[in-house]
Amino acid sequence: MEAVFLAMVLMLSIFLGFELISKVPATLHTPLMSGANAISGITIVGALISAGGESDAMSSYLGAAAVMFAMINVAGGYLVTNRMLSMFKKKDTTQPGGKA
Amino acid sequence: MNPVIINLWYVVAAALFIFGLKQLGSPATAVRGNILSSLAMVIAIAVTLFNKEILSFQLILIAAAVGAVIGAIAAQKVEMTSMPEMVALFNGSGGIASLMVGWAALYSTGNTTFTDVTILLSIVIGGMTFSGSILAWGKLSEVMTSAAVVFGAQRFVNAAILLALIACSVMFCMAPAVDSPYLYAVIGLALLIGVMAVLPIGGADMPVVISLLNSYSGLAACAAGFAINNNILIVAGSMVGAAGIILTNIMCKAMNRSLGHVLFSGFGAVKQATKVEGEVKPIVAEDAFLILEAAQSVSFVPGYGMAVAQAQHVVRELGELLEKNGAEVTYAIHPVAGRMPGHMNVLLAEANVPYDQLVEMEDINPRIDNVDVAVVIGANDVVNPSARNDENSPIYGMPIINVDQARTVFVLKRSMGSGFSGVDNPLFFGDNTRMLFGDAKQSIAAVVAEFKG
Repeated sequence: MEAVFLAMVLMLSIFLGFELISKVPATLHTPLMSGANAISGITIVGALISAGGESDAMSSYLGAAAVMFAMINVAGGYLVTNRMLSMFKKKDTTQPGGKA
Repeated sequence: MNPVIINLWYVVAAALFIFGLKQLGSPATAVRGNILSSLAMVIAIAVTLFNKEILSFQLILIAAAVGAVIGAIAAQKVEMTSMPEMVALFNGSGGIASLMVGWAALYSTGNTTFTDVTILLSIVIGGMTFSGSILAWGKLSEVMTSAAVVFGAQRFVNAAILLALIACSVMFCMAPAVDSPYLYAVIGLALLIGVMAVLPIGGADMPVVISLLNSYSGLAACAAGFAINNNILIVAGSMVGAAGIILTNIMCKAMNRSLGHVLFSGFGAVKQATKVEGEVKPIVAEDAFLILEAAQSVSFVPGYGMAVAQAQHVVRELGELLEKNGAEVTYAIHPVAGRMPGHMNVLLAEANVPYDQLVEMEDINPRIDNVDVAVVIGANDVVNPSARNDENSPIYGMPIINVDQARTVFVLKRSMGSGFSGVDNPLFFGDNTRMLFGDAKQSIAAVVAEFKG
């Protein structure tokens, strides 16, 4: 039953994902991609559970390595997305003749 | 903390992810959307630390700190022109993380066959994402050739690898064990398949591959979610998967090619396109300035060449001068210009071009005949009229920006070489086309100097 429940969650979130993302304008496709990429680092949640367990050393090491890689994905992804997005400005906020 | 409470917090995180993605839909709210999404991530990570299966924190702290520092430094240092490479690398590190999460989940006891299958899925998809992304990074950063690498028996070899992968996966699931030789075979084959999948894909098709790999990294997280029975991984992972698929689809449409064609066929100019004959009309900066000065409406059409020449800042400067001169200035951006979706938009935004001046292909084409001067900067295939009227052209049917229908076209180009697809471009020989040869940055700078002087 657990599997069916998870499949239900999967189905609903895929539809939701399609709805949300098909509305994003082409201008924002790169930040969307890197922002979504950062979200895929959610696998860190699984990595934390493995890394913190004490059942088996190998499993902890694998988990720890996964935490590191996922963290690169999460931290890097969000920061670079933020850097990109803060460059997008509307016309009236740029001062003409300001920065050369 | 009680598992129920942890899961309730996951619900909060999921809601924030969804809301964050929704706000990414408009440039005005996108920064906030990204912050909400990162807040969701912080919540998900923080409550997970209260999971009672986590007994020691030492390893976690070290690993997380190292990862965060690497990620933060990379995000600060990267140039906007190298963004596709950066995204590929981040993507790859998410992929390998999912592979390892799956692998580590094998060590927990009492796995059902369903769990074993999902563990394998997360290992396979994660592995493919990792090696594919690393190869894509290699191609994008030109550590290796960015051209399509195609060899004779490629399809046969790929099919053989795929069959071997399926066989090993089945063997593994029949007798799952952490020391099963089939496990190592599956990991090796998954990595190999990622490499083989990206190998035959050439530079200009990279936007498709990057989008697809992005989608895979989400699906890998999703599979890992099934493997460890965790909702938040499934919700977040599948939304990323959907995002990647949508972008892949948009990119394929913009090239008028099916996903299968992009993935499996490389890009050989198989059909012999009609040879284009004619005389090009070169122009110097001085004359270009005179024509631009008289123009009421100017549209810049950037391509990957603008990124290579780092010309975005000087282009914006010229745009501002033209505006002061009374012209209406737009930047027309083809969906597959550059090496990743939206690549040109980010470069121009970096150069302080306001986003309301960035227009999409569908918006500019209906009014292109009212454009006095279209300035093509380092773009080629996306403005090639043979996509519209030469049925023998390999790019026939691809939607293009119809710059040839503007009153005058300037094409900035290093030399008369053809574009990535190796197709001749009749645009260069058009009556209303003037070629401004040389480095794009220097050419534009020369025109700017004329304006100022």
